[in-house]
Amino acid sequence: MNFEFNDEQKMLRRSARALLKDHCSLVRVREVMDRGDGFDADLWSKIVENGWPAVAIPEAYGGGGYGYLELVMLAEELGRSIAPVPFAPTIYMAAEAIKQAGSSEQKSEWLPGIAAGEIVVAWAGTGVGDCRVSGGTLSGTAHSVVDGMVVDAFAVVCEIDGEPAIAMLRADSPGVRRTSARGIDRTRTVANIEFGDAPAVVLEKRGQAVLDDVINSAAAILAFEQLGGAEAAMRMATSYAQERYAFGQPIGGFQAIKHKIVDMFVKVELARSNCYYAAWALENKAPDLPLAAACARVSATDAFEFASRENMQVHGGIGFTWEADPHLFFKRSKMLALQLRGIGTWRERVMAELDRKAVA
Amino acid sequence: MDFNDSQEEAEFRAQARAWLEQNATRPDADAGRTGPFAERDEDINETVRRAKAWQKTKADAGWACITWPERYGGRGLSSIFGSIWNQEEARFDTPTGIFAIGQGMAGPTIMTHGTDEQKDRFLPKLLSGEEIWCQLFSEPAAGSDLAGMRTRAERDGDDWVVNGQKVWTSGAHYSDWGILVARTNPDVPKHKGITYFYVDMKSPGIEIRPIRQITGAADFNEVFFTDVRIPDSQRLSEVDGGWGVALTTLMNERVALGAGGGGGFGLESLAELARGASVNGHLAIEDSAIRQRLADIFVRSRGLKYTGLRILTAISRGTVPGPEASIGKLVAAPMLQEAADLALELQGEAGVVDDPGTAIQGAFWQQVLLGAPGFRVAGGTDEILRNIIGERVLGLPGDARPDKGVAFKDIPTGKG
Repeated sequence: MNFEFNDEQKMLRRSARALLKDHCSLVRVREVMDRGDGFDADLWSKIVENGWPAVAIPEAYGGGGYGYLELVMLAEELGRSIAPVPFAPTIYMAAEAIKQAGSSEQKSEWLPGIAAGEIVVAWAGTGVGDCRVSGGTLSGTAHSVVDGMVVDAFAVVCEIDGEPAIAMLRADSPGVRRTSARGIDRTRTVANIEFGDAPAVVLEKRGQAVLDDVINSAAAILAFEQLGGAEAAMRMATSYAQERYAFGQPIGGFQAIKHKIVDMFVKVELARSNCYYAAWALENKAPDLPLAAACARVSATDAFEFASRENMQVHGGIGFTWEADPHLFFKRSKMLALQLRGIGTWRERVMAELDRKAVA
Repeated sequence: MDFNDSQEEAEFRAQARAWLEQNATRPDADAGRTGPFAERDEDINETVRRAKAWQKTKADAGWACITWPERYGGRGLSSIFGSIWNQEEARFDTPTGIFAIGQGMAGPTIMTHGTDEQKDRFLPKLLSGEEIWCQLFSEPAAGSDLAGMRTRAERDGDDWVVNGQKVWTSGAHYSDWGILVARTNPDVPKHKGITYFYVDMKSPGIEIRPIRQITGAADFNEVFFTDVRIPDSQRLSEVDGGWGVALTTLMNERVALGAGGGGGFGLESLAELARGASVNGHLAIEDSAIRQRLADIFVRSRGLKYTGLRILTAISRGTVPGPEASIGKLVAAPMLQEAADLALELQGEAGVVDDPGTAIQGAFWQQVLLGAPGFRVAGGTDEILRNIIGERVLGLPGDARPDKGVAFKDIPTGKG
């Protein structure tokens, strides 16, 4: 029995944490938020220097040849530090889509640039039907695309010949028009994008099953960002409850506060266990992956939403101010909870998998 | 990450399974008759007889308390093998419950704090099931605040004379021995005046009265002490130094209670109910609100299951499990309660029947419904567990305690 990450993977997590502590402090995150450009270029260059985008990309396509167990370690730390970089859509979503649905030619075209950190990609996944490909061009509108203003390219969920598919195109292609939409989480950008007969390449493998596989993989990895964020929010609440005095004692001595923070801890631990299993299922291509990913996603969403919201409550009035940090976690949590669809959808996916198993 | 046993573990598991196949029986297919909250119609004497017989069979073949030293009849194996044995034994219908306190709590406490003479006298019989133990800790006025106990032990020559009352004592009526904490000094703060003993349950002056639970069964008791004499040789701690020893016992209790966990327990039967029931004119399993609730319970139970594997990983490596080990009962007990509520709702009006002979699924969920409130209290209430995690794991400050540093006799009791 070994349900743990190995020493090398843990060392990777430690070095990721150290790097992010130096280059992605909450002070830095706030600078990005205040600038409003949603992209910390200095941090991105550090991330690229350390080869993070390449971690789970095969060596044949310029990748580092590691796997998901390494990638999720990075995801947890990026989530913990609310990193203002488009790592998630580029790596968990677009790169996964290309790896799983692309032809070898398409992989050769896109993956080396992604692995080298030269191309960042947003995931325009708001829905099949909003975007259509015919005759090699893409038309339609993608709403609420996270990181949409800062990326070089888009992976667009679209319809072709009545089938769902994923189209890839450069942001500077003719016929692409993006407008900024202010997001809840202002450490990242959001864009609405219109495609008017924009030349696009449709990834080779199509169909709902392919799309589901990509989204399940992405959800499992994204859950680690939520896990990291949830633990950070819990730690912040713990520190504050130790330092803040009221009625002559630290507020953490009051059960109303103490028990609330313990409830955060419990949700974080359950999420961690569900996430670990999803990582194992992902790395081993287990048939159980759809269920594992859905459980991880539900558990991690629940943990981050609860911990980030109640962390504000523990902080009292100061927690509601712009100058205090709790809202950074609260807003990131909400954004991650809604990306790839909300907790209700993932609970339903849990049930759909159980239905399928009951019939089998 | 690798969920497989090591070669040594796999060999051990195969041997355990082979022996169990030969010597134990599979659970009754009727779900209502198994599980932690199962109600059995049989007489308690018959249960004790069956349990002792099974324990002896195990002991004779070297499968009892395998992590205990060989000197006492064990095999001196590491905890991972104990966990593997428990997993394998749980697949069978084996009556082990009545030994849980003795082997899970009294035994480890004697092993840590007893003299060699005490260990040689008691551990082999605990292991073989010849002697059953109970725990005399809680009192009517000392539950969560255990250190507020009032049962007194006063020195009289080579003996101690005990007067007072204990409560919630599972199995007192069929136990041979009990571990007992009592106040030996009321003039010092409460934690500093407690001494730890063990007592022969057949001693003159002990009176046992069963307490009927909300399930209708009477698994535990009130135990009254009137001038009960205990030889000083049956003391397991320094005089007034019993609190630390009691903590050893309580730690073992929480590990034992959390380990069962309820992870995945009975959830198949919950989904099965939803597939057969109808709500709002359609099948319950097709009802979105029901599906959301089922999913939520399922995700939590999976979280517990994989938390269990994280704990096992730590044990397998010979390290102490991390803080995740403390959440088991705190998650499992309310989850079971919620699952029972949903199950009965799915059963509709038929949910009111709790007669195992006629109720749906042999009244399994009715038994969970009535058993879960006790599970949320036993061995540390939800609230006490939150305090323990908050203070010991997260480092949050302790509660404000008006009785801190106050001599026991001066602590307000609310009784004037």
